[in-house]
Amino acid sequence: MTVTLDGVTKTVAGETHLYGMSLSLVPNGLNVLLGPTTAGKTSILRLLAGLDRPTAGRVLVEGADRTTAGVRDRDVAMVYQQFINYPAFSVYDNIAAPLRRARLPGPEIDRRVRDTAALLHIDHLLDRLPGQLSGGQQQRTALARALVKRARLLLLDEPLVNLDYKLREELRTELRHIFQTGGATVVYATTEPQEALLLGGQAIVVDAGRVLQIGEMVDVYRNPASVRVGEVFSDPPINLIAGRIAGGEVQFGGEMRAGRPVHFAGLADGAYRFGVRAHHVDLAPAGPGAVSLSGTVELSEISGAETFVHVRHNGLNLVSHEEGVHSFRLGEPVTVYVDPDRLYAFDAADRLAASPHGPAGAAPVLAKTAGAGPA
Amino acid sequence: MNKVQNNRAWFLILPVFVLVAFSAIIPLMAVVNYSVQDSFGGGVWIFVGTEWFESVLADERLHDALGRQLLFSGLVLAIQIPLGVMIALTLPTRGWLVPLCLIVLALPLLVPFNVVGTIWQLFARVDIGLLGHTLADLGIEFNYTDDPLHAWITVVLMDVWHWTPLVVLLCYSGLRAIPPAFYQAARIDGASRYATFRYIELPKLRGVLTIAVLLRFMDSFMIFTEPFVVTGGGPGNATNFLSIVLTNWAIERRDLGPAAAFSIIYFLIVLLICWMFYTAITRIGQADKR
Amino acid sequence: MARIVLDGVAHSYAGKGKAKADDYALRRLDHVWEDGGAYALLGPSGCGKTTLLNVISGLITPSEGRVLFDERDVTRLATEQRNIAQVFQFPVIYDTMTVRQNLGFPLVNRGLPADRIAARVGEVAEMLDLSDALDRRARNLSADAKQKISLGRGLVRDDVAAILFDEPLTVIDPHVKWQLRRKLKEIHERFHRTLVYVTHDQNEALTFADKVVVMLDGQVLQVGTPEELFETPSHTFVGYFIGSPGLNLIDCTLDGGDAVFRGGRIALDDDRLARVRGRNVALKLGIRPRYVEVLDRAGAETLPAQINDVEDLGTHRLVDLALGDGGPVIRAMVAEDAALPADAAFLRFPPERTRLFADDVLVA
Repeated sequence: MTVTLDGVTKTVAGETHLYGMSLSLVPNGLNVLLGPTTAGKTSILRLLAGLDRPTAGRVLVEGADRTTAGVRDRDVAMVYQQFINYPAFSVYDNIAAPLRRARLPGPEIDRRVRDTAALLHIDHLLDRLPGQLSGGQQQRTALARALVKRARLLLLDEPLVNLDYKLREELRTELRHIFQTGGATVVYATTEPQEALLLGGQAIVVDAGRVLQIGEMVDVYRNPASVRVGEVFSDPPINLIAGRIAGGEVQFGGEMRAGRPVHFAGLADGAYRFGVRAHHVDLAPAGPGAVSLSGTVELSEISGAETFVHVRHNGLNLVSHEEGVHSFRLGEPVTVYVDPDRLYAFDAADRLAASPHGPAGAAPVLAKTAGAGPA
Repeated sequence: MNKVQNNRAWFLILPVFVLVAFSAIIPLMAVVNYSVQDSFGGGVWIFVGTEWFESVLADERLHDALGRQLLFSGLVLAIQIPLGVMIALTLPTRGWLVPLCLIVLALPLLVPFNVVGTIWQLFARVDIGLLGHTLADLGIEFNYTDDPLHAWITVVLMDVWHWTPLVVLLCYSGLRAIPPAFYQAARIDGASRYATFRYIELPKLRGVLTIAVLLRFMDSFMIFTEPFVVTGGGPGNATNFLSIVLTNWAIERRDLGPAAAFSIIYFLIVLLICWMFYTAITRIGQADKR
Repeated sequence: MARIVLDGVAHSYAGKGKAKADDYALRRLDHVWEDGGAYALLGPSGCGKTTLLNVISGLITPSEGRVLFDERDVTRLATEQRNIAQVFQFPVIYDTMTVRQNLGFPLVNRGLPADRIAARVGEVAEMLDLSDALDRRARNLSADAKQKISLGRGLVRDDVAAILFDEPLTVIDPHVKWQLRRKLKEIHERFHRTLVYVTHDQNEALTFADKVVVMLDGQVLQVGTPEELFETPSHTFVGYFIGSPGLNLIDCTLDGGDAVFRGGRIALDDDRLARVRGRNVALKLGIRPRYVEVLDRAGAETLPAQINDVEDLGTHRLVDLALGDGGPVIRAMVAEDAALPADAAFLRFPPERTRLFADDVLVA
């Protein structure tokens, strides 16, 4: 199903949530709305669902103007952050509810309910009440109820945010596979870059009521069009360092200097903001050109199987992302290394001037072998 | 958030409008109608403007009754609210005693108002009443039909007996809603029992206490049946409260005009005082926010 | 400050004597919380971690065993007699008081002189970045500031044996969580109080603690540093629970000197062989996804596998593979720009990174 927002503005009580936003969803594909908490993701989902009407602009479905159509008149299903189920209905009846409302024949309902329950691994829980289930099982039930309708537009508003991280890990992978097989146009809102990357599909990066960038997921990740996209699409946050390019040299962070890297060849001399993602700030030199910086540990955080080390040096804060679990003491001196070949350059207007990954769509410039893979 | 409009919803609340119209608006308009007219019988009505209001407002009997009424409500609140909080604090929090205590406490609330009056009328009598007779045996001459002070004591005591349980139940529910972590924190901080009450329980009870004060004020300000049964407003005019005066005018003397004007003034006083209470208490809450 | 010893502590809500083995919310446990250590109690809900915390705080008297604070038996002492402080899941503050009064409350109750109180409160407020808010009403502050006040009420007292935390970041906005975590770390490094932190969040536990106590079904599975839990999990659950994705686990049997599983076999060293040989136990091999080597050609010690799926996570890729011909599923973490074979791959499990579990317990 093709869905398009055309210049949609949404103002509530004098406060603008969306500013003349235009975007097209990938038909029958996965669209991930990525943005921080108040970016306007939920506003977009509500407009797509027909729960709200835009203040200005149009919502086009299959090319027809459906701006004023109510939620009942749209073929849409929605899953929320909270686990929303009918508390007095069994899991079976919860999943069957939308089909019964659509007055489908009994055997058809039964077959679909059981298929969907099996897909989400809750087929052994069909007789239970939602109150007897764990959080993960409750959200699976809510997902099943959304999927069983086979609505042609499926909207998910941070569906995993209230789950423990082990459950989140499992469901993410499952959802990715479910979305790949489905015939629905899926819109999935999330604040987490990792989740967006794992799901893949079309990335729609939103912030403060505007679309910042649209494109293929990994492409957008590797080539953020602006500083803000880089910030929204990085966890831990992307390191931003002021500096300049002068002749054959780049300088950044005050005292770090290196030869001008190849991908900066086309850039004019002058001041830039350089960005480097945390996993390219290393505790050991990753290449011969790496520049070192000595600092002290502000904090080390462990996330999954990775360690984020916040390093401070003369008012400059850098985050380094290390694989594996490591402990650091606060204030411990460390040396970090930044490889100039990994730097993004942003111009005075904060737009991407050069990316270590080359232009969008191209294969990564670097073909260095690292980690487990042999040459 | 502006939702999609659906005008069908208005039809669904139409029955409520009709019901409210018949139960409240139409009778009230009838009273307003009476308050501005005079009649000499035979269906002849004369418009008198604000004449009734002026005469009622100047009426000594109304002033006296209003004074008595305020005193009564003040006394009742001053006794019932602290007493209710105190009882709620001493109630058990778990075990089989809980339902038992709550049922015993709720019993007075279930007794019809006129029965409450009758019970206390008998209870306080000197000749056959348990209370009056016992006091007489102790050498205290207690006679609520003769002594205005004794009449007041009886009426206030009766109201305390009847309505303190409501305050208790409200406070009890408020106390139960305080998460156990707060008590645990207070213990860890070495807080005394009083400090725990002052800094945890009382602040958390503010909401229910607001409701309790409003309910008890309105009820006590409009009290009629119980004192009417016990003392009939006497001795003399000692317990002649506003609603008893009003009934006297309207039913016994059939002075419909002044009674209607009186009703409206009465209604406005209740409204005014409730509004004052409410804004005062919410102001305190607002001031806290700054 | 104190060293806290749990001596044969067990607890059943059914009461002593009546309890069957399954009834124990907390199974028999001996543990020493060293003075000045930062500990996390980690486990899924219902694992007994809150019961254990309540045993330390004195809210629960254990049905068996003793609790010692510096050799003093406090098993039957009430919370207020134990000199502990606690930060709860939802911020507990005194609504009607200012921040200053809140912080000073424990000292006022203990009858300290006003100038001492003022000095201590000033010090603690400074450290918690609450100095500017001292005269504001506590109830109007944000959740993270309220949690800092709760913590501050523990810090103002210098007689505190331990500060206990019961999932203190539950109601904190994600973007301020790390500031609070940092504050906790800083306070720990500065004061060396004994801290015990209950959480179900792996990242929080590993970030906060020097030592993590992993619990499951009322039992302590492992006590170790974050690195130890990650590198040498002593139980398959710890391997699964720590790290994302968790440890790869492969059911296997012994055949001569090899561990055999569907899709391959690998040689085991003599030491581990000796420990499992002849025992009737269920064996599993475990390896972290980041230590699985994905190669494009066969070599020494390699196993053939099929690539099912590749997830690009930007910083690295997660590869889903099936060993042999439809054998067990293995997940491997591969660097972002490493070359990957198209579909047929060869896996190598470096022996020094491969763990063996017998009935879910690590064979060391």
